[in-house]
Amino acid sequence: MGQLLIILLFLPLVSAVITAFSGRSAKYVALISGIASLAVALFAVVNFTADSSTQFVINYPWIATFGINFHAGIDGISMITVLLTNLLIPIIILASFKHQYKQESAFFALILAMQTGLLLVFTAMDAFLFYIGWEAALIPVYFICAIWGGKDRIKVNIKFFVYTVAGSLFMLLGIIYLYLQNPAHNFDIQALYNLSLDSQQQGWIFWSFFIAFAIKMPIFPFHTWQPDTYTEAPAAGTMLLSGIMLKMGIYGVIRWLLPIVPAGVQHWGETAIILSIIGIVYASLIAFKQRNAKRLVAYSSIAHVGLISAGIFALNTQGMQGAMVQMLSHGINVVGLFFVLDIISSRLKTNTIEELGGIAKVAPQLAIVFLIILLGTVALPGTNGFIGEFLLLMGVYQYGIWAAVIAGLTIIFGAVYMLRMYQGIMLGKTNDLTIGFTDIQGTEKITLYIICALVIILGVYPKPILHISEAAVQHLLEQVNQKLISVN
Amino acid sequence: MNIIITITVTALVVLYAGLFKAKKALLPLTLLGLITSLVFVGTSWDQNTVSYNMMQMDNYALAFSGLIIIGTIFIFLLTQNYFAEHSENIAEYFTLILFALAGMIIMVSYQNMAMLFIGIEIMSVSLYILAGIRKSNFASNEASLKYFLMGAFSTGFLLFGITLVYGATGSFDLTHINEYLVGNYKIVSPLFYPGLILIMIGMCFKIGAAPFHFWTPDVYEGAPSLITAFMSTVVKTAGFAAFLRLFAGTFAPLHDFWLPPLMVIVCLTLLIGNVTALFQKNFKRMLAYSSISHAGYLLFSLITLSSRSASNVLVYAAAYTFASIIAFAALIVVKQKTGKDDFESFNGLGKKNPFLAFVLTVAMLSLSGIPLTAGFIGKYVMFLNVMGQYQIYLVAFAILNALVGFFYYFRVIAAMYFKEGSELSLTLPLQYKIVLVFSLVITVFLGVFPSVILNLI
Repeated sequence: MGQLLIILLFLPLVSAVITAFSGRSAKYVALISGIASLAVALFAVVNFTADSSTQFVINYPWIATFGINFHAGIDGISMITVLLTNLLIPIIILASFKHQYKQESAFFALILAMQTGLLLVFTAMDAFLFYIGWEAALIPVYFICAIWGGKDRIKVNIKFFVYTVAGSLFMLLGIIYLYLQNPAHNFDIQALYNLSLDSQQQGWIFWSFFIAFAIKMPIFPFHTWQPDTYTEAPAAGTMLLSGIMLKMGIYGVIRWLLPIVPAGVQHWGETAIILSIIGIVYASLIAFKQRNAKRLVAYSSIAHVGLISAGIFALNTQGMQGAMVQMLSHGINVVGLFFVLDIISSRLKTNTIEELGGIAKVAPQLAIVFLIILLGTVALPGTNGFIGEFLLLMGVYQYGIWAAVIAGLTIIFGAVYMLRMYQGIMLGKTNDLTIGFTDIQGTEKITLYIICALVIILGVYPKPILHISEAAVQHLLEQVNQKLISVN
Repeated sequence: MNIIITITVTALVVLYAGLFKAKKALLPLTLLGLITSLVFVGTSWDQNTVSYNMMQMDNYALAFSGLIIIGTIFIFLLTQNYFAEHSENIAEYFTLILFALAGMIIMVSYQNMAMLFIGIEIMSVSLYILAGIRKSNFASNEASLKYFLMGAFSTGFLLFGITLVYGATGSFDLTHINEYLVGNYKIVSPLFYPGLILIMIGMCFKIGAAPFHFWTPDVYEGAPSLITAFMSTVVKTAGFAAFLRLFAGTFAPLHDFWLPPLMVIVCLTLLIGNVTALFQKNFKRMLAYSSISHAGYLLFSLITLSSRSASNVLVYAAAYTFASIIAFAALIVVKQKTGKDDFESFNGLGKKNPFLAFVLTVAMLSLSGIPLTAGFIGKYVMFLNVMGQYQIYLVAFAILNALVGFFYYFRVIAAMYFKEGSELSLTLPLQYKIVLVFSLVITVFLGVFPSVILNLI
């Protein structure tokens, strides 16, 4: 079944090349490729046995001199992120249909190229390959944000780029260190899991990886690039960054950080949880003050990710499973939110909450779908956001009551600033600006209906998702605990 | 030996062809000669021919010869319409470049200190003239004079160093010197140490490592762009090969002695090269400073001597050479069009010529060390090499410098794609297209399948 993964990885890349040269029909080619990838991914889900094993494995020697193999595969944890990527890419492509981007073919080609990079990150079983994917996903999104972004895009994006690359270069340093420690001299994930490093080494490796992941997510205080970049990026760029790219950091923590340096995690995990919780409160407080809706959602994203990261570092099944579900849910919801804001700003040329108002009256359909997505984001029971945040809070609760209490604020805070945003934009009196607002139509409608359907279906029946990752998560935690016992 | 003979004969034939005004025949003749010598590189592989104990064509020498010959072929392809603007005497310039190449072949294959000196001199004298070929241009003259003065000065250091080493060991022969060092490890003559340091200084002058780099920016900026391209790619590679041949081979037993000064040189080179490049407004000058910083990364191969040191330098030099050739080719085209060579003249290139912009983007990504380009593999092998001895602070320092590099390399990308320029379209001459396509393919291919070059030597 390894061929399936090869198709999954390289279909977007091949399509990207075709898209780049297909001129005006680029967006259709891109959409077809996105849907085809989704179909392959769904086929993989159907054929996936939900145990702790890694399936669809491919393993070819690549750079033999340095023990680098093209080794990839999908286990329960990867499956969630692979599904997320392949689900969101066609949605993001569809959401970009109405825009009249200049040089459209390049735009869609870059989205597809990024998909390959993302999938490499999520399936790599070789640390070097993981690093390659990590950078390969960054370059396209940098160009998307810097070419089609707002007026401050150049300055903002070089900051974003250097921030991220700084993190990843130190991760590379850590990877090389692990390679040198590995008696087999390769980057194989299992070999790295089996390394026995003392706690001091683990501490250093922890930081070299953690900073890279923390910048990507982002966790306080590594988040300063994020609001500017999200605000200046074109809608598709924001969706790619917040919906999928951010999950690279979360996935990296689960896949590489926890099992390779468990003692480092044990020692520094508390710091990570504290930083995450500070991030939750800090980002929520700033979100209250935001006048620009896009910036508000950007800060809310920091708060949500803080909870996910706290749940992971709590090191228990609930927290981890919550993180898995929440990765998927947050991706769907945040893409939905940014799309709604994009619809508003492309019609009214503003995202400032005070200038808007009363859109619900003129656009009832948008009001409903916006509300559904919003409720998903604030974790109302019955929506997809609920189950993830519930599990995450349970996980954090097991770690410590006070941590859970403070982290639980995220739900209350979130409800307040999100609903206030909704009130400001959709409710109230229709003003001169919003009176001419036309309701959603065509591809906008399709996209938002799909997102709403996902919000509700995953909220009512999350079991298949939980089932996919459960065995893998259990196995991972057992592995971590065993290693901790042997170190201590 | 046959490689040098081929190149020298080609140079003379080209000179005669120029005498008979056969301008059209110059480039084909040159290319024919260079390709023949490239074939000789292939046939001599694994032969390890030693000529009169003066030169040894081992695989190390052959691999670097191959690289510099290919680099020179690319430079020659870029001469399309280039020299004709400056002068009537194109044949002389062709000949000078070929003589310089012959000198460089000696520099990568010498087995005797005297040959090292002769090789450097053959190369340098040709370059002094080439830097000044724009006779009526003030900057070109300044470059030529500066290069000559600094070059002569550094050769003095080198020569004095060689003399002292001769005084200590009684031989110019590399094998003898090495045997002397191994045999008298505890009682090496005190003459030897200053000799070694002087040779090191002389070589650092030649490769433009800090703090002996001051001539580089001025000379690179003042010299005609094509000659700058030649100096900063092919010549630099040859300089490194010569440096490495001496220090990683012959002087290896004294590694503990020359490592501390080398570390200082590496750190200074990285810092000065990167930080100064950051403040440049002129693309060509930025490339000059970035070439200094790349010299720093290249010197990483000497910090930890291993069986991989040579191939690390080869990989890095290849990555750097082809990316730089792209950068200079783009610079020449853009300058011909706009008359300027600052960053602004690249504005809007993404629209004016998407192909050139794309190739230049890949080159910049390679120079800054982004994965899937040759430049990343180059940086990776260097970092791995130094990490092998757990010089983590040094690698961390290099990483910080690499980050600075992103700022100035991405400035070019930003200008091309994110800024609006004039609407003039820009067409590429055919030969430029060939060079760009080949350099692009090599850059990406070495980035994706580096195995072909990693185990060459």
